[in-house]
Amino acid sequence: MTVAVNPTQTGEPVFYLADEHPHPEGYSTSLGFWIYLMSDCLIFAILFATFGVLGGNYAAGPAPKDLFELPLVAVNTSMLLLSSITYGFAMLTMQQNKIAQTQIWLAITGLFGAAFIGIELSEFAHMIHEGATPQRSAFLSAFFTLVGTHGLHVSCGLIWLVTLMVQVWKFGLIEANRRRLMCLSMFWHFLDVVWIGVFTFVYLLGVLR
Amino acid sequence: MNTDTHAAHAGDHHHGDSHANAHGSFSTYMLGFVLSVVLTAIPFWLVMSGALPSKQITALVIMAFAVVQIVVHMIYFLHMNTTSENGWSMMALIFTIVMVVIALSGSLWVMNHLNSNMMPIHQMNGMK
Repeated sequence: MTVAVNPTQTGEPVFYLADEHPHPEGYSTSLGFWIYLMSDCLIFAILFATFGVLGGNYAAGPAPKDLFELPLVAVNTSMLLLSSITYGFAMLTMQQNKIAQTQIWLAITGLFGAAFIGIELSEFAHMIHEGATPQRSAFLSAFFTLVGTHGLHVSCGLIWLVTLMVQVWKFGLIEANRRRLMCLSMFWHFLDVVWIGVFTFVYLLGVLR
Repeated sequence: MNTDTHAAHAGDHHHGDSHANAHGSFSTYMLGFVLSVVLTAIPFWLVMSGALPSKQITALVIMAFAVVQIVVHMIYFLHMNTTSENGWSMMALIFTIVMVVIALSGSLWVMNHLNSNMMPIHQMNGMK
C-alpha cells in the first residue's frame, strides 16, 4: 500500500491513499455474520446462566427426572446432527455447481430440521398438558425460555432455508446465493453447537441431578 | 488521522482472497460427523445406564464430552482456523468465549453464594 504525499501551497503535507480500490460486493459478509453469531452466542450464554441459577428451583413442582424422556431427546439430537451433515453435503455439492443435488440436500436438511421442531413441540405440548407450564416454577420458566429460544432460531433457520431454495431455483447458484447459503451454513452449524450445550446441561445434567 | 487510516488499511490488504479459505471436503465433514455421533452417544449412554458409580464423576465426564464436541463442530463444521478473515473471526470467538465464561461462572458463583447465605425460614421464626 502506498501513501502519496501531496504538498499544498501552505507547505502542510496531505496524506491520502493512492491505490484506493473498491471492495467486491459481500467481501466482509462472512466476518460480519460471524460477529452476529457471536452476539447470538451471548444471548444463549445469558439464558444458560439463568437456567443454571434457577434450574434447581422446582417450587414443589415436577423435576427434570419426572419430565424428560432421554430416548426422545436422543432422537431429537440425532435429527439436528443429521441435518448438520446433510447441510455440509449441500455446501459440497454447491461448490461443484450441482444445482439439483444442492437442492435435494437442502430439502433433506429442511426435513430433519422440521422433524426436530416437530419432536420438540410435541414434547412441550406433552409437558404443558401434564401441568408443567412455564408459570409452574422458576426451573420451568428458565427451561422453556432457553429451549424455546433455540427452537425459535431453528424455526427461523427453516424459513431462511426455504427462502434460499426458492432463490436458488429462480436464479441458480449465483455468487449472491452462494454467499447466502454459506451464511445459513454457519447459522445452522452454530445452532447445533448450542444444542450440544442444551442436551448436556439441561437434559443430561437435569436427569442426573 | 490520515496516518491512522493508513495503518488501519495496511492490515486488510489481502482481503481479495479472504474467500479462499477452506470450506472442508467430504472426508472432513464425515470425520466431524462420526466424531460427533460418538461424542453424543457416550454421554447419553453414561446417564441412561448409570455406568459410572458417582453422579459427580458422570457430570464432569459428560461436560468434558460437551466441550470436546463443541471444538469438533467448530473445526469440522464451522471451519474455524486462525487464518480466516486475517484472524478476526478467531479474535471475535476468543472475545466471546471470555465473555461467556465470565457471565456463566460469575452468575453461578454469586448466586450459589447468595443461596447458601439465605437463612432458612424455620430458623428465622426461631429468632423472635
